[in-house]
Amino acid sequence: MNAPRLTRRDFTAGLGGIVLSFSLAPQFASAQDKPRLPGSLETNRMLDAWLRIGADGKVTVFTGKVELGQGVITALAQIAAEELDVPLAQVTMVPADTGRTPNEGQTAGSQSVENSGTALRLAGAEVRAMLFELAARRFGVAADTLKVSDGVITAADGRKVGYGELAGEADLKREATAQVKPKAASDHRIVGKPVERLDIPAKITGGAAFVQDLRLPGMLHGRVVRPPRYGSRLDAFDEAKVKAMPGVVTVVSDGSFLGVVAQREEQAIKAVTALAASAKWTAGPELPDPARVYEQLKGLKTQDKVISEKQAPLPEGAKLVEATYHRPYQAHAAIAPSCAVAQLQEGKLTVWTHSQGVYPLRGTLAKALKMPPAGIRCIHMEGAGCYGHNGADDVALDAALLARAADGRPVRVQWMRADEFMWEPYGPAMTMQASAAVANGRIVDWSYDVWSQSHNMRPGDPDGINLLASWYMAEPHQPGPARQAAQPNGAGDRNAIPLYDLPRHKITHHLIMDNPIRTSALRTLGAYANVFAIESFMDELAAAAGVDPIEFRLAHSKDPRERAVIEAVAKAASWKSREKGDGSRGRGIGYAKYKTTATYTAVIVEVEVDRASGTVKVPRAWAAVDSGLIINPDGLTNQIEGGIVQSTSWTLYEHVRFDRTGIQSRDWRSYPILSIADAPRIETVLINRPTERALGAGEASQGPAVAAIANAFAAATGRRIRDLPFTPERVKAALA
Amino acid sequence: MAVQFAVNGTPASTDAPPHTPLLWVLREGLKLTGTKYGCGTGLCGACMVHIDGKRAFACQTQVSDIAGRSVTTIEGLSPDSSHPLQKAWLAERVPQCGYCQSGQIMSAAALLRDKPHPTRAEIVEHMSSNICRCGTYQRIVRAVERAAREG
Repeated sequence: MNAPRLTRRDFTAGLGGIVLSFSLAPQFASAQDKPRLPGSLETNRMLDAWLRIGADGKVTVFTGKVELGQGVITALAQIAAEELDVPLAQVTMVPADTGRTPNEGQTAGSQSVENSGTALRLAGAEVRAMLFELAARRFGVAADTLKVSDGVITAADGRKVGYGELAGEADLKREATAQVKPKAASDHRIVGKPVERLDIPAKITGGAAFVQDLRLPGMLHGRVVRPPRYGSRLDAFDEAKVKAMPGVVTVVSDGSFLGVVAQREEQAIKAVTALAASAKWTAGPELPDPARVYEQLKGLKTQDKVISEKQAPLPEGAKLVEATYHRPYQAHAAIAPSCAVAQLQEGKLTVWTHSQGVYPLRGTLAKALKMPPAGIRCIHMEGAGCYGHNGADDVALDAALLARAADGRPVRVQWMRADEFMWEPYGPAMTMQASAAVANGRIVDWSYDVWSQSHNMRPGDPDGINLLASWYMAEPHQPGPARQAAQPNGAGDRNAIPLYDLPRHKITHHLIMDNPIRTSALRTLGAYANVFAIESFMDELAAAAGVDPIEFRLAHSKDPRERAVIEAVAKAASWKSREKGDGSRGRGIGYAKYKTTATYTAVIVEVEVDRASGTVKVPRAWAAVDSGLIINPDGLTNQIEGGIVQSTSWTLYEHVRFDRTGIQSRDWRSYPILSIADAPRIETVLINRPTERALGAGEASQGPAVAAIANAFAAATGRRIRDLPFTPERVKAALA
Repeated sequence: MAVQFAVNGTPASTDAPPHTPLLWVLREGLKLTGTKYGCGTGLCGACMVHIDGKRAFACQTQVSDIAGRSVTTIEGLSPDSSHPLQKAWLAERVPQCGYCQSGQIMSAAALLRDKPHPTRAEIVEHMSSNICRCGTYQRIVRAVERAAREG
């Protein structure tokens, strides 16, 4: 069958050393002597870094982006096939590999289609034009008299030539110009269609689809003993006893880093259990008091920044409204504990990893291991959905440290479920404090302050090493400092600037510089919490003004695309102006334009509150989405649905349990998530904008969904909950 | 002493200690990696297999439990991806990351084997053994309904 495919990596290819045979060189061309190129072409300028055409006419597409379950590799294949006019089945995708693909940093922030997609669109159009020129020369006709279908160019007189026959003459070892115009949306035949995802068949038949499934010849299994809590020091452990256990190859220690390597996985698990039981630690500093955590966090050192301010006269007699909202530490809680395989042979390290950024990981591994980056190759293989920075990078260093003691054999490390829950960097706890004044149905003043730890402690920081094991080595490294991220994207302050027309406002981000509990990027960064706060507050203001919440939003909206999604979701849900709940049922709306610059999403949900037990359910949801030009409508719908379901789970159930002695969330009982029994039925309306740039949607619906739930709860019960999640205790307290 | 059993219709044996979870025997000894490690405590369903036609968590099944019995994994659900559930999973485009999906399909297959035409409520009740972090639940229900309908 001639099916499109992902490369199943030739695993042995990575074993014999690192081959760099193509044009990755001019990555850091200076802006002074080069024209600025769109998307990731700017930093990866060579055509053959993106596209190659074989003598058989098949196209190989290289991307620095990776599949995280969002379908992006298929979307990128669609884009390349579209611009080149080849069937999708003729395209082979090669995702992030420091030995083969462009460096596109992290796959994060819903930017893959914007960055990698833009590069592939322009490179594809340019290569297609080159092939047309070659065919025109061959036939002695003008290029604009030629037609192409499925990779075969036809002249007006019927002569034909395939891309494969021209490939040898096409010089792709040159810089892109970005001067060839890509196709108009009206000419698209592959983009905009719901195609089968390339990665799915293996995932429903038991085929090797994940790094967790990689089985290399001679592969060993490692496990790591983690400390009782952050900052603990290892004092003693029983090496002899563990070394004598069945299958144990070696015990590895480096300062307070402690691990074991065994022949088989179950042997590694038994050995690590015994090793952990034998280990004696000096415990690190106590964690914050969970009962006072928001207060304690606000008392830590902060870097304060006013991110938006506008002055206008304040009318007399305005009504003042104030509210404070909280979001707890929340976990990525990937369904698969993190995993990596590492092999050190003749001084060269190869790491198979589900990191979101193979190049930043390589650079950071190099620093932690004191190796040159050129001596390390990081090859991406899929893991489970990560939803941000989880243990993927950390386990890569774990595997590398154990591989150093394995005499050239590959070592596979998969974290145990408790390792993942206790040691991943969480989405930060946040406080959002809002005050506003309303007069004559309009907001006349708005003040908003958000406090948060860092949302970006990923590998790649120039001033620190953001890899867990490195902090426990005999020569311990330090994590990088917390940093502000520039607006409009922001980080803790992502979506903190409301999209509404607010003539007088002040918005301040207080970045907490300390890390009493480890945090980093969780899907949407601060947007989930900020949209929760802002959109809850909009409903509180609408109530204060005595106006329907949708009409109130529209009265403060000037952006026609914003108005369109709000109106579309209201229509889909048959929203009735000033509709009321009945004490246990009600509906609410939430809206956001993700990152203030990207996808527009409005969500309405219906909630059911069981007043006796305090449980809240979300049986139904409606969404309207405008993400510009749609690449794969079904993929887009799936992302919106998944975002609403995950946000419902965050909102109703999720908070990392901890006490002063350490993290207490260790399994799915101490960190429950939404099950199928409580999943909403979702209807999604897509608004296609063929002439607008294509935007990502993996993070578009979470903020609107939490706000819709909070507003629906308030509509249903007349009481408002401002602290996440909506636990039965909190619900009962609110209704008392 | 080696334990004899059958996997996907083929005789198999393992000399792993009797308390070893079946999960590791499948993934490691038999290289059947479609059965996933998710939690090791029977709370996520990523390791779901069938033993003599009934679903079971491979992480909670010991080698000593399977002597003489017949184990089916996702690899053995159909010879050519033609099980109605596999076709329905493709048609409804269920997976996002996909890590939980082989366990989801194995759970659903056990349901349809006992009850070829379940109600929506029965599907939801049965499938509550399996969690999905990407949030594909709505499509899982639709795919099971489709498989029941199209057979």
